[in-house]
Amino acid sequence: MADLIAWVMVLAIAAYACAGGTDYGAGFWDLLAGGAERGKRPRWLIDHAMAPVWEVNNVWLIFILVIMWTGFPTMFQAVFSAMWLPLALAAVGLVLRGAGFALRKPTRRLSRQRIYGAAFAISSLLTPFFLGAVLGGIASGRVEVGTPASADAWANGTSVLVGLLAIAATAFLGAVFLCSDALRFGADDLVDHFRLRALIAFAAVVVLALIGLPVTHDDAPYVWDGLTRGPGLLLIVLAAVCGLATVLLVWRRSFGWSRHTSVASVALVVGAWGFAQRPYVLPTSLTVAEAAGADHTLRWLVIVTVIAILLVGPALVVLYRLDTMGELEELTDADTRAARAPGDNL
Amino acid sequence: MLSTAALLANSTPAQLLPARELMAFTLASHILLVPFGVALPFITLLMHHRALRRNDPVALTLARRWSAVMAVQFAVGVVTGTVLSFEFGLLWPGMMGRWGDVFGLGFGIEAWAFFLEAVLIAIYLYGWRRLKPWTHFWLAVPLPLAALMGAFGIIAANSWMNTPRGFRLDAQGSPVAVDVRQAIFTPMFGPEYWHFVVAMLLTAGYVVAGVYAVGWLRGRRDRYHRLGFTVPFTVAAILTPVQFMLGDSAARAVFHKQPIKFAATEIVWKTDTHVPEYMFGRLHPDGTISGGIRIPQLDSILAGFSPDTKVTGLSSVAASDRPTATQATIAHWAFDIMVTIGSVLILLALWYGWCWLRRRDLPRSRWFFRCAAIAGVACLVTVECGWITTEVGRQPWIVYQHMRVSEAVTGTRAGSLWAMLGIVMVVYVAVFGSFLAVVLKMRTRWRIADEGLATARAEQPPETDTPYGPRSEPEPTTTGAESGGSDRTSGGAS
Repeated sequence: MADLIAWVMVLAIAAYACAGGTDYGAGFWDLLAGGAERGKRPRWLIDHAMAPVWEVNNVWLIFILVIMWTGFPTMFQAVFSAMWLPLALAAVGLVLRGAGFALRKPTRRLSRQRIYGAAFAISSLLTPFFLGAVLGGIASGRVEVGTPASADAWANGTSVLVGLLAIAATAFLGAVFLCSDALRFGADDLVDHFRLRALIAFAAVVVLALIGLPVTHDDAPYVWDGLTRGPGLLLIVLAAVCGLATVLLVWRRSFGWSRHTSVASVALVVGAWGFAQRPYVLPTSLTVAEAAGADHTLRWLVIVTVIAILLVGPALVVLYRLDTMGELEELTDADTRAARAPGDNL
Repeated sequence: MLSTAALLANSTPAQLLPARELMAFTLASHILLVPFGVALPFITLLMHHRALRRNDPVALTLARRWSAVMAVQFAVGVVTGTVLSFEFGLLWPGMMGRWGDVFGLGFGIEAWAFFLEAVLIAIYLYGWRRLKPWTHFWLAVPLPLAALMGAFGIIAANSWMNTPRGFRLDAQGSPVAVDVRQAIFTPMFGPEYWHFVVAMLLTAGYVVAGVYAVGWLRGRRDRYHRLGFTVPFTVAAILTPVQFMLGDSAARAVFHKQPIKFAATEIVWKTDTHVPEYMFGRLHPDGTISGGIRIPQLDSILAGFSPDTKVTGLSSVAASDRPTATQATIAHWAFDIMVTIGSVLILLALWYGWCWLRRRDLPRSRWFFRCAAIAGVACLVTVECGWITTEVGRQPWIVYQHMRVSEAVTGTRAGSLWAMLGIVMVVYVAVFGSFLAVVLKMRTRWRIADEGLATARAEQPPETDTPYGPRSEPEPTTTGAESGGSDRTSGGAS
């Protein structure tokens, strides 16, 4: 039962990495879109593409935390004690990001939009970095039950590398999705804009992964071994294939399938990490079985999860379908009958 | 007395105070948004239904505008809520590590319910333009139900902290033999849940109605304001007396299940019968009470319908196992403020009901609308007070009689926590300030449009505005409104 819950958690992390990751990536490109004039069109696209789904994408994170403390309370305690600072900074980043994005839309004054936009874009960079650094610290075995909060747990080669990889991967996902969004919203000029960026981001992922090989070899030996043999290796190879397929599809401008392959590549990497870390939740100090909560709770967690999948699954499918079919569109001023107020620049 | 206080101070880790303040601050902020997350969809759907069934463009405009506010409010609520789930680990790792698998499932239900809510709200908010009107409406109907389910999960967790149940302790004092059903349906769950849900509906109703009451007082007595006031106010007015009964039963449940908390909220020092009721007043560490209004016998009567009812006093347990005199006074004041506001709101609801029964019309008195305008703010105060009563009254326990707050707190240095508190305060003040500014700005823009519309109505029939379907961007009347609106905002926006 504990194994099953552990896999549910890995799946939830994969879902967050893909769904939330795409959003973070959009924020990353928002940051690099340039000044108010030059960045206007990309930002318009990012706003339109993200708006209907970004809250849903972020709820995955809450779900991951809940599974952690319900299913593996000791591990939750250990991680949140040892990784205090990066997690606290990630939480602050989440507030700035969410509020910045939500408040930028209804704001009509350029100076305010700039402030909210900056909060959104900068924290889109910092939050995945800190979350990635936490994962890196865990994977390198720096967190044990009772480890006090210290900088070493997250300010080390592996953590920094995983943090950067997280940023690069989100940038890749974001750019791939924005390519097809540009097509969907009829902004043909932006297709090439994000196509180039998708390719650059993929190159960054590859470079970081190559740098990662020697860095993590001694620093995170258990996970390194897991990723270079058996099912871990298989999934990594599949992820690489999916990544290359994405590049090929994006290169040839066939964006229909590129979303799926890019998501698959990120999800497969998370899955590979899950395999590599077996049977530990905290490598070489705490196994899944040791960390597991009460049997009765785990059984109910499975039941709740199944019921929830039955309830949320169809709703999620409807949402993504409506979104990709272009049925979801923001209310305009005409719909709510709003007029321009003095000082509005838009 | 002094020695116990010194002993307590010594055993209290330095990070306890900042951790508590941080949790209190983030929760107090988040809880202000909760009524709208839980109840605004319901009120909006009521208005939406009216718009569709009666083909009423005014109701439709109201529903759309409320959904535009909901979009911003929900987004801010999501992030402040996410922070709370981080804080469980960042501030209280001891509680989550030890009890996470006993009471965490409530959060599991909440997380999924919230997921569903996020999906449905996205479809609702972004479905206005292209979905078929009734399809759009029906897709949103499960929304209030998902909100109720989310509240179920959260209240299950909180009521468990108040009356923990569903486990046995082994020789080392660790929980074993967990029974999830018992852990969710604890004795405090029922009273707390219904009191909470109705409080949320009530608050959202009065706050929304309050906005239009202000407009009414400023002389905007059109159908738009009338409808915007009547629908939410009716919901709230109907529920006000219900809430009074629910609150009473919740207090009685506390009396039976958490006698020390009850003693704190009523500042009862010695276990006794014929206990008097104090309205406000202050409890001192030696058990004396200064100030306040003393009503003989009443506390016993309220607790058990008879002056012979025995009420447990704070002094019946060791000083380290009960709230301090200051904490008891805080809980007591919060409780009394909540009850006082609740009682006044009943009078307001009766006033409204009386006029409606006699004349099928809103009360004519300006004082009624003045009170209605304040009711929303008052309700937000009661929400804060209710939460303070529950949380401060439980001290020093984080898990009632099983784990002290000081045992659950993080090992992170107090300095880091104070710094974090500073950062969070700055960020939250900025975020909530911006949120308020954005909503007020939306209101101003809508009013400018409405006033422009009123002048333009003569030459333009309202039928040209089809309520559904895509249309061209610029609103024909906005350009005309712009010049007329500029002098309006300076006076009206305050």
